Amino acid sequence: MTEAILELKSINVFYGAIHALRNVSLHVNAGEVVTLIGANGAGKTTTLATICGLLRARSGEVRYAGQDISSAQTHRLVESGLVMAPEGRGIFPNLTVEENLRIGAYARKDKPAVASDLAHAYDIFPRLAERKRQKGGTLSGGEQQMLSIARALMSAPKLLLLDEPSLGLAPLIVQTIFETIDRVNEKGVTILLVEQNANIALKHSHRAYVIESGCIEIEGASTELRSDPRVRAAYLGET
Amino acid sequence: MLELLATAEPGGTSLAQALLQQVANGIAKGSVYALIAVGYTMVYGVLQLINFAHGEVYMLGAYFSYYPAKWMGYTTDPEDPTFVPAKVPLYVVGFLFVCSMACCAFLGMLIERFAYRPLRNSSRLAALITAIGVSLLLQNGGIMLFKADPRGFPTLIEQSSVDLGLVALTNTKIIIVVVAAVMMTGLHLFVQKTRPGAAMRACSFDMRTARLMGVNVDGTIGLTFAIGSIMAAVAGVLVAMDQPTIDPLMGLMAGLKAFVAAVLGGIGSIPGAALGGLLLGVTESVVGTFSTTYAEAVAFVLLILVLLVKPSGLLGKSGREKV
Ligand SMILES: Nc1ncnc2c1ncn2[C@@H]1O[C@H](COP(=O)(O)OP(=O)(O)OP(=O)(O)O)[C@@H](O)[C@H]1O
Ligand SMILES: [Mg+2]
Repeated sequence: MTEAILELKSINVFYGAIHALRNVSLHVNAGEVVTLIGANGAGKTTTLATICGLLRARSGEVRYAGQDISSAQTHRLVESGLVMAPEGRGIFPNLTVEENLRIGAYARKDKPAVASDLAHAYDIFPRLAERKRQKGGTLSGGEQQMLSIARALMSAPKLLLLDEPSLGLAPLIVQTIFETIDRVNEKGVTILLVEQNANIALKHSHRAYVIESGCIEIEGASTELRSDPRVRAAYLGET
Repeated sequence: MLELLATAEPGGTSLAQALLQQVANGIAKGSVYALIAVGYTMVYGVLQLINFAHGEVYMLGAYFSYYPAKWMGYTTDPEDPTFVPAKVPLYVVGFLFVCSMACCAFLGMLIERFAYRPLRNSSRLAALITAIGVSLLLQNGGIMLFKADPRGFPTLIEQSSVDLGLVALTNTKIIIVVVAAVMMTGLHLFVQKTRPGAAMRACSFDMRTARLMGVNVDGTIGLTFAIGSIMAAVAGVLVAMDQPTIDPLMGLMAGLKAFVAAVLGGIGSIPGAALGGLLLGVTESVVGTFSTTYAEAVAFVLLILVLLVKPSGLLGKSGREKV
């Protein structure tokens, strides 16, 4: 269990002249839920995009399952189980719920397993089962978030990257989403969770990193971070 | 077009019958526009790029059949001393089609790989200017390599008039309509029912998310260019077969009209390209009955009218689905 499934070794990422990530190092062990918390514009999405090959680091190394993936193509990574549910959910609005889920399984060749995973996705999210013929664009925000996670699960992830799953959702729905994340993790999926909602993210994770202006500032066990005065002041709304 | 009017039965040539005949001719013409238009529409759907070089791919489709035919000894060039009006065997016709399709598919992917892919993250204007550049390059390259004067295309199929009851069409025009209908239907099914088709649709919605779903986006874009080019190649050979001269600038007007057809039908929509092509072809032919001068202008008048009423085109969606 101490084997790191994902490891970032001091990566630097630029948008033109903007230095978005500065020597970011982090690792995720197999079986863990790790959260990356930080304010708007801290570099959370940039980190995830770099991991899954949408962006390239100018220096540093990204390792996944023992291999250097710094220059791997995104679709190859999806095939090998590194899957991201993007910020803003990326639901295909004109496809039905079921078509969206099937696109999640696009990279897979094991047809029978896809069918059982589809049934399983409906098990986890009964709401999606009720709406399988409905267009993705007509779902509520919470339902779209469920669909986004369910669709990522359809790719049979080993490591799931979640970008702000709580964004714009009512507290009760957020609770449901995080309970689902726990369950997905119990099934053996490793999770790297990006959140602004530090409170709930720290409750539902084993370890955490805090990122500020492109630098990792704090790291440690989630329980410890919850009592860290710096975290309490900046992210848990206490003074 | 007018010569066909003359071939209609002299006694009963009512205006209605003449118009009907022109509608039939227009359908054949429109089928060609439709075949070329899908190339514009698919590329636009995925990349939001107007591939102005597409008309030249159509032109080259004709030449990619002309030369192999010539090398095999089939030619109708009047100045060619070896000219024999030989009957071209069916398997050779098939081979010529396949040859054009393969060469154009390769050419289309080449254009994408070297002209457009390096600009994928640049401004749309840069890509547009590049597209015009590639188009000019291919036109002038064609003039240089093939010479500007029209070439006689070998008679792949002996032309004859087929009486269809109310109208009469040449057999080559009937072949154009049938082949175009089969290819357009096949393409529609391919895009809607297959895995690569699903990948194309996903890319046209949202390329970034498609990538995250495991779609090979570069491969899918290459495939889109290949398929569009194959359709244009078929159109090129069909037209060469029907009106037996070809020249390096034949892609200019045809490409422009097909582009108009694509916009008319709703750029991004494959059924839209079919509808736009047919509508344009029929309107042109019918107007041509009264005035050949205005027939050419009709495409653009029609375009302006449709865009005034429905800017997204007849079957265009204002949403994000584009293929
Ligand atoms: N495409 C881009 N071009 C230029 N700068 C960008 C681009 N994307 C992000 N940035 C900048 O990089 C920094 C990090 O952005 P990023 O999206 O990673 O933040 P984030 O932590 O995900 O924020 P949020 O919580 O708002 O999603 C920001 O300052 C942002 O302005
Ligand atoms: Mg973000």
